[in-house]
Amino acid sequence: MKIVVCIKQVPDTTEIKINPVTGTLIRDGVPSIMNPDDKGGLEVALQLKDQFGAHVTVITMGPPQAEAILREAMAMGADRAILLTDRKFAGADTLATSNALAGALRVIEHDLVITGRQAIDGDTAQVGPQIAEHLHTPMISYVAGVEFDGKDKLTVKKEDEDGYQILEVHTPALLTVLASAFKPRYMTVKGILDAYDEKEIEIWNVDKIDVDEAKLGLNGSPTRVKKSFTKPQKVAGEVFDVTPEEAVDLIVAKLKEKFII
Amino acid sequence: MDFSLSKKEQLFLQMIREFAVNEVKPLAAEVDEQEKFPIETVKKLGKLGVMGIPIPVQYGGQGGTNQMYSMAVEELSRVCATTGVIVSAHTSLCMAPILEHGTEEQKMKYLPKLASGEWIGAFGLTEPNAGTDAAMQQTTAVDAGDKWIINGSKIFITNASEASVFIVMAMTDKSKGTKGISAFIVEKGFKGFSIGKKEMKMGIRGSATCELIFENCEVPKENLLGELGKGFKIAMMTLDGGRIGIASQALGIAQGAMDETVKYTKERKQFGKAIAKFQNTQFQMADLETKVQAARLLVRSASYKKDMHIPYSADAAMAKLFAAETAMEVTTKAVQFHGGYGYTREYPVERMMRDAKITEIYEGTSEVQRMVIAAKLFA
Repeated sequence: MKIVVCIKQVPDTTEIKINPVTGTLIRDGVPSIMNPDDKGGLEVALQLKDQFGAHVTVITMGPPQAEAILREAMAMGADRAILLTDRKFAGADTLATSNALAGALRVIEHDLVITGRQAIDGDTAQVGPQIAEHLHTPMISYVAGVEFDGKDKLTVKKEDEDGYQILEVHTPALLTVLASAFKPRYMTVKGILDAYDEKEIEIWNVDKIDVDEAKLGLNGSPTRVKKSFTKPQKVAGEVFDVTPEEAVDLIVAKLKEKFII
Repeated sequence: MDFSLSKKEQLFLQMIREFAVNEVKPLAAEVDEQEKFPIETVKKLGKLGVMGIPIPVQYGGQGGTNQMYSMAVEELSRVCATTGVIVSAHTSLCMAPILEHGTEEQKMKYLPKLASGEWIGAFGLTEPNAGTDAAMQQTTAVDAGDKWIINGSKIFITNASEASVFIVMAMTDKSKGTKGISAFIVEKGFKGFSIGKKEMKMGIRGSATCELIFENCEVPKENLLGELGKGFKIAMMTLDGGRIGIASQALGIAQGAMDETVKYTKERKQFGKAIAKFQNTQFQMADLETKVQAARLLVRSASYKKDMHIPYSADAAMAKLFAAETAMEVTTKAVQFHGGYGYTREYPVERMMRDAKITEIYEGTSEVQRMVIAAKLFA
């Protein structure tokens, strides 16, 4: 079984600050990490490697420094790592990103593609399903459990808001995985040493993948950002200890004060 | 001169920090209160390769550096000093002398199981009447033809009740003084060898510190470590390396107390503002932060020299002296910053202060470190 896991480097913060002038993320000083859902996806792949001897490739599209998460993935146990990096990928929205990744997946032999459900910086949850569309591959999103029959059938637990479904799918397929369901393993000391001393990261540009260049980067991105803003900080609330009758008056007065009613 | 960590070291630091915070920190208070040896943690560390970092791959280790080993002890001690010293004694005091002085057969027999964490290692030098004056060894080893017969006892042995392999110093020729001491590899099951009283300690309470008892203990001939009569030298060389481990432990304790104090002083409000806003807090904390960073540079420098095979004995002594005294100062002040809460077990700084004290005592007291440093200075 050959598995490809798509991973993304994201800023490690829930309070992303945005430059008010340019509307872009301020990444300076914010440490970068492997996106948590993607790490959950890598864990799924590594469990399949433990049980069935699957071969695990990790791939990311990003700037050269995204190499860090590929090394981390190899230190956790991934066999092969590919960095898609090219100026022609720059400025990509989710569609252009999924086109680039699908272009790479067309030239990497695989039975299963795993992505995270969504990235904590963009929160779109679009790239995984879009890749599946480009590749005409069946896709199950929001995956919280995976069993493999050792041949070509996966039994998958798909989480919904108020329950779950158990679905079967035959490979080749694509799964988007929830971090909450798969606690990622730690890197090992040997894994870390090998990731730097024994293994190489393959650097791929546009020429290495099978894609229409017009569908990449800023030119291939139909999304236009109209406005970005930082959510106003919530201030500490006030506590009133009053009777229900007094509370009604108080609430009405407060809402009027804020011009809400 | 490059003071930055390599990308490989940064990734290692990320891994050991994640492990320390997720797996070690939640157990620290329990390990302390119940004097519980964290065996499950040790098994997990073994699986990740942390029990054999600087041991070459051909002996079942990871082939990492002493720098990485030191960082591991620091990060573990930052949240639990007991866990830190277990790794330190195992690595520096048991595996290192086997690696540096053992025969090929000894290395192949003992190192793979130690480096994987399947076996835990310990080291026995101190006796009731031979502490800093280690030359006063009363434990004897007599050549009985096909084996050695050891008699005597050792005290304050870290990891003792959990260990499978012990490096033990014993007098083989009293007339030769320190040159009559030899080193032996003793296994847990050897006839005549037993574990005695377990110490009730002020700090590092989970680390299983016990007495070793030898009553006509039979040790195979081939378990002499290094040459006959070289035991004292082996012990002193071993302690040079051990001091890097204890310096790293002290550094970790100091850093852990800084972490807690920064957090607490930002949250704790008195006179209408966080106590971190008071200049007394800021100036004292700035001084402590400077000392912790200075200690770190001494520890890193000593580790670097060991990795580069540059003589590092005085460097390790300076690192341990300064890191231990910094740990004591930082933790004492951390308790003070926490006020009454700091004196309770509700906050970890109380434990950290108790844990810090031992770093000024074991593997050579601070006074011994000064002797080592002065000996080089006035050589």
